[in-house]
Amino acid sequence: MDLLSILQVLLKGTLITAELAVISFAMAFVIAIPFSLGQVYGNIPIKIITTSYERIIRGVPLLVVMFIIFFGFPSIGIRFDPFTASVLSLGICSSAYQSQIFRGSLLSVPNGQIMAGQSLGMKGTQIFIHITLPQAIRFSIAPLTNEFTIVLKDTSFAYALGVTELLREGTYIISTTYEPLLIYLLCAAIYFIITFSTNSIVRRVEKRFAIHGFEFRGERA
Amino acid sequence: MKVLEVRNLKKRYDSNEIIKGISFEMEKGETVVVIGPSGTGKSTMLMCINRLIEPDEGKIFLNGEEITGSKHPEIFRQRIGMVFQEFNLFNHLTVLDNVRIGPIKVKKLPKDIATKVAIENLKKVGLESRMNAYPAQLSGGQKQRVGIARALAMEPQLILFDEPTSALDPELVGEVLEVIKKLAREGMTMLIVTHELGFARDVADRIIFMENGEIIEQGGPEILANPLKERTKQFLAKFREGR
Ligand SMILES: Nc1ncnc2c1ncn2[C@@H]1O[C@H](COP(=O)(O)OP(=O)(O)OP(=O)(O)O)[C@@H](O)[C@H]1O
Ligand SMILES: [Mg+2]
Repeated sequence: MDLLSILQVLLKGTLITAELAVISFAMAFVIAIPFSLGQVYGNIPIKIITTSYERIIRGVPLLVVMFIIFFGFPSIGIRFDPFTASVLSLGICSSAYQSQIFRGSLLSVPNGQIMAGQSLGMKGTQIFIHITLPQAIRFSIAPLTNEFTIVLKDTSFAYALGVTELLREGTYIISTTYEPLLIYLLCAAIYFIITFSTNSIVRRVEKRFAIHGFEFRGERA
Repeated sequence: MKVLEVRNLKKRYDSNEIIKGISFEMEKGETVVVIGPSGTGKSTMLMCINRLIEPDEGKIFLNGEEITGSKHPEIFRQRIGMVFQEFNLFNHLTVLDNVRIGPIKVKKLPKDIATKVAIENLKKVGLESRMNAYPAQLSGGQKQRVGIARALAMEPQLILFDEPTSALDPELVGEVLEVIKKLAREGMTMLIVTHELGFARDVADRIIFMENGEIIEQGGPEILANPLKERTKQFLAKFREGR
């Protein structure tokens, strides 16, 4: 196999990897928003449920969640193809981390500002929309970017369910070329390029929307 | 008609009674200064008035309407300004937006009118030139003046100040006190908690001395020089030593 066809095959795997990452990250985002709201604003039963979800999921390894969903669920009659099982597992695990990020961001908005909003006569929803949310979104950008890169790297666990993502395509190539060092280094380079460029794009966006005095990653805007 | 009437206000946390039955009244245009030792319940009392803290007992009236017991405290909060020790400006908003967010979102004024109101009040505190700055770009004194403009922009019937200069470097205290004095001259009704006794003497129509959740003594500014009660004397003496 020449380098060009090797790269073509790896690119095919990269697309699957990207799909896994984007879909599961988006799914986790959608789950995490209501869970974090429940953790911060919910009544006691809701707080207990949402917080337990977060804690339990964060305490179980991704690979174990994948095996439960892919190998375990069929015995109660629920069957997923490897790709779907991987997305669900990645999404569920990331949702716990993302909900932790959103909860932290919401709680980072100083309580004094909430009182100031109340003292003006703003209602709870107005304070949330105009005071808490805009600041919480800014607080969450950096940790969310970090979480995305983690999900991206964790997609390699889908290898274990037989999804032909980047790592598995690389392994297929090695079975004909017998060049594990070169191929796995290429895989590593691809993961690195994606995470690195994601980080620098987000950083640029952040800078653009930065507000004086708001700190991001320890830098002053 | 009294602007503010507080009748037998009580607040407890668990079994700890923090406010032990406070009553007083404020006339329109009056400036009342509350002094007293730390942990006495001054902040708690202020926040009970606009119900940022829910009182346990007692009644509070704003211009004859009962605040306590209302299902919609936000209706009264619109009419009661509050200025905080820590400024509590909205960090993500410019100075102008900090000041006009209340008129726009709460009073539902059209944006151009709210902007006019906001700029007028920024002029009053001497900060119209900084209206596009963000809070983090301001000095403490400037932040507090924005805090005052934000309260003024709601055209409140009463403003509550909780130690408005306590978080400021000494050289920045004066500019904030000047603004408050100006408001007093203009006839704003204000209830001010402060440790600035000189300022209290200059600005107050009446002084309330509070300790352990009770009003120990009240009267004209002359009580600062000649307190009647022993506790007030001790507090003032200690206070002068401490300075
Ligand atoms: N949420 C709360 N739970 C329990 N105790 C509280 C709470 N808030 C205040 N207290 C107590 O109530 C007392 C009065 O507090 P408050 O802040 O009103 O005093 P203060 O007169 O404003 O003091 P300072 O001059 O230090 O600002 C304090 O002893 C404080 O510990
Ligand atoms: Mg206080």
